[in-house]
Amino acid sequence: MAFLAILAPAAAAHASPVESAASRTGTCQYEKRDDDTVHVKGCLRDDREDPAAPVEGVTVTVTDSAGEVVGEDITKENGIFDIPIPGDAVSALGKEFTVTIDESTLPEGSGLRDPDKVKVTVRFTTDSDQSVIFPIGDPLAGSTAKLTQALQLFVGGLVFSAVLAMAALGLSMIFGTTGLTNFAHGELITFGAIIAFAFDQLPGKISIGGLNITIIVAVLVAFAVSGVFGWLNDTVLWRPLRRRGTGVIAMMIVSIGLSLFLRNTYQYFTGAQSANYSQYASVTPWEIGPLLVTPKEIVVFIVAMAVLVLTTSLLRYTRIGKATRAVADNPALSSATGINVERVISIVWIGGAALAGLAGALLGLTQGFDYQIGFKLLLLVFAAVVLGGLGTIWGAIVGAFIIGLFTELTTLFVPAEFKFVGALLVLIVVLLIRPQGLLGKAQRVG
Amino acid sequence: MDFTNIIGFSLQQAFGPTAILLCLAAIGLNIHFGYTGLLNFGQAGFMLVGGYSIGASVTVFSSSLWLGAIVGLLLCVVLALLLGVPTLRLRADYLAIVTIAAAEIIRQTIGAASFSSTFGGQDGITDFIGGFRANNPYETRKGIPGLVTWSAYDFYVMTVGWTLVALCCVVVWLLMRSPWGRVLKSIREDEDAVRSLGKNVYGYKMQALVIGGVIGGLAGIMTSLRSAAVGPSFFATDITFFAYTVLLIGGAARVLGPVVGAMIFWFLINFIGVVFSQATRGADPLIPAWIMDSQQASLMRFIFVGLGLMLLMIFRPQGIFGDRRELAIDAR
Repeated sequence: MAFLAILAPAAAAHASPVESAASRTGTCQYEKRDDDTVHVKGCLRDDREDPAAPVEGVTVTVTDSAGEVVGEDITKENGIFDIPIPGDAVSALGKEFTVTIDESTLPEGSGLRDPDKVKVTVRFTTDSDQSVIFPIGDPLAGSTAKLTQALQLFVGGLVFSAVLAMAALGLSMIFGTTGLTNFAHGELITFGAIIAFAFDQLPGKISIGGLNITIIVAVLVAFAVSGVFGWLNDTVLWRPLRRRGTGVIAMMIVSIGLSLFLRNTYQYFTGAQSANYSQYASVTPWEIGPLLVTPKEIVVFIVAMAVLVLTTSLLRYTRIGKATRAVADNPALSSATGINVERVISIVWIGGAALAGLAGALLGLTQGFDYQIGFKLLLLVFAAVVLGGLGTIWGAIVGAFIIGLFTELTTLFVPAEFKFVGALLVLIVVLLIRPQGLLGKAQRVG
Repeated sequence: MDFTNIIGFSLQQAFGPTAILLCLAAIGLNIHFGYTGLLNFGQAGFMLVGGYSIGASVTVFSSSLWLGAIVGLLLCVVLALLLGVPTLRLRADYLAIVTIAAAEIIRQTIGAASFSSTFGGQDGITDFIGGFRANNPYETRKGIPGLVTWSAYDFYVMTVGWTLVALCCVVVWLLMRSPWGRVLKSIREDEDAVRSLGKNVYGYKMQALVIGGVIGGLAGIMTSLRSAAVGPSFFATDITFFAYTVLLIGGAARVLGPVVGAMIFWFLINFIGVVFSQATRGADPLIPAWIMDSQQASLMRFIFVGLGLMLLMIFRPQGIFGDRRELAIDAR
């Protein structure tokens, strides 16, 4: 596991994106030099054109860490700027310089792809030149661009939320009927993704009328096999524990052991690298107005919503659904009214694990999977369930949509690496204000 | 298979720096979980705060390592207060979820690329233990030649580490035989009964969370001393669960439980690791490559940890030293 790894010394990984861009188009040729100075250089090009067009006449300034201007250049007709740093290479070693682009000198109608990135900091760690890239394209400034971006994220968030809701519903149902906070729920999610992948990798194809539906069958198989896996989980492990009268906390720790065991077993069979399913690995998106939506996102969303509606209606209108809710409310009392509690719990495990497995398979379909896909999602699932109210059915779904949309939409304002952090902070704040969750009953929390 | 070698290596690890940090983390958890019944799943967060504090005190604030250690422990107090205020009034599983979430929040934030100029991103911080290394009294490898030896630096870390462990054990022992400790244990057994006696249960729980968290911070400090570096990957969620396994092997609510547990746990982990790695190495390995390659062999120990934790909790939740009657672990 990761903590055992001995940390390699922080290797300065200053990859130069400009050079890769140059090799793509082949026009970004820097002048060869043979002296003892280092330069900050780069090559401005407009990616909207194909091949990318050089951008001429843009002022680029280099300042040192004290804020003094040490060099300035205007891009040539090939888009290149090349600014020597005063002194020799050794004296520049370890120093930081800020490269600023003057936005007002950009040609009419173009702007920085990332409007916040007018300044780039470079640091010399070797005696070679430093390359800087400023992606130029449509100016994204202004409220319409932000709105489009928000809508795009909203669509992505909806798809993610629907998948998250299935996983959360499974966890919440199991918690509601058995009181178990299952830390191995993430592994149920991964299980579905792995089964779908394994089925997808089998030789041969399944097709109806020339249409390759292997992946559809694979997802269905994952759904079914996950249900069986859930039943096995309950029959082999959890039911005997309930019979012994094992406490809820002890069961929680057992579930952590199970999570560690399953996660490493998955890695044993699948390896650590991430994998994509054979179909839908890359699909050209449809343009709907200003939005880009891939067909598989639509399919995933529709499937997930259909399953959610189906599950909630089953819980609401059928006998077994009513029995489930009765057990969740009060196991002893429902047992006294003639409900077979163990049978209900067994069905809940099958259903919950099948939902989780389906979520994993669909998630694997949209973003590829590795052995940790469920584990990484686990805290978000917890956040969703606690936010909505542990053990409540509608709460899990509402919570999942809030968390799912929140994680995507926060990337409008903060870097994407903080989106999980934001969701977890929401969880803690909600607990502070409303511990029973949005839809939970107050007496549930002691 | 060279068993002298394997045993020697495993022994070296069982008394080595990593066992110490697991032991300290488990002593903290013992106060939380063993004595008070608080399900803290975020011990990694306390460790991270301690570990990064000594790193950052040198590299960011150009201050002394020792000052960083003190600041780190104070920050652990703050973290415990922040975590305790929203959750200590709630049921045990809520504390578990919030602490595990908080530990991840801290870890992902400190490892974020946005702060890489300060905290080094995923690479973490290095080059800060000069002040600690300078006081190393040993110059050569120490140990029993032929069976188990440690490098001078490791032995120095071990001397400091086991001294800390001994101190913490004495503190825990003194605390838990005091009236204060007896209140903690009765909170674990029956919170409402304690409340009806007029005790401030919330206050006692908070004090326990703070003390255990500070010991967790010490574990983090030992982590960064051991590796001469800190990084976010050192403080993943799994380290908390390893500490729980350590605690449950030795026996919760026993002063020496974490010490024995850490040695046994880390001995077994390394033993299993080396055995499987040797069994899959070479041109004609003991276990054929189609069953297990060396990459898969490195996973076997964690598969065993998971299995062991489950079986331990099911069949012997009191561990080696614990008393089952005393510790009826249950949620409230």
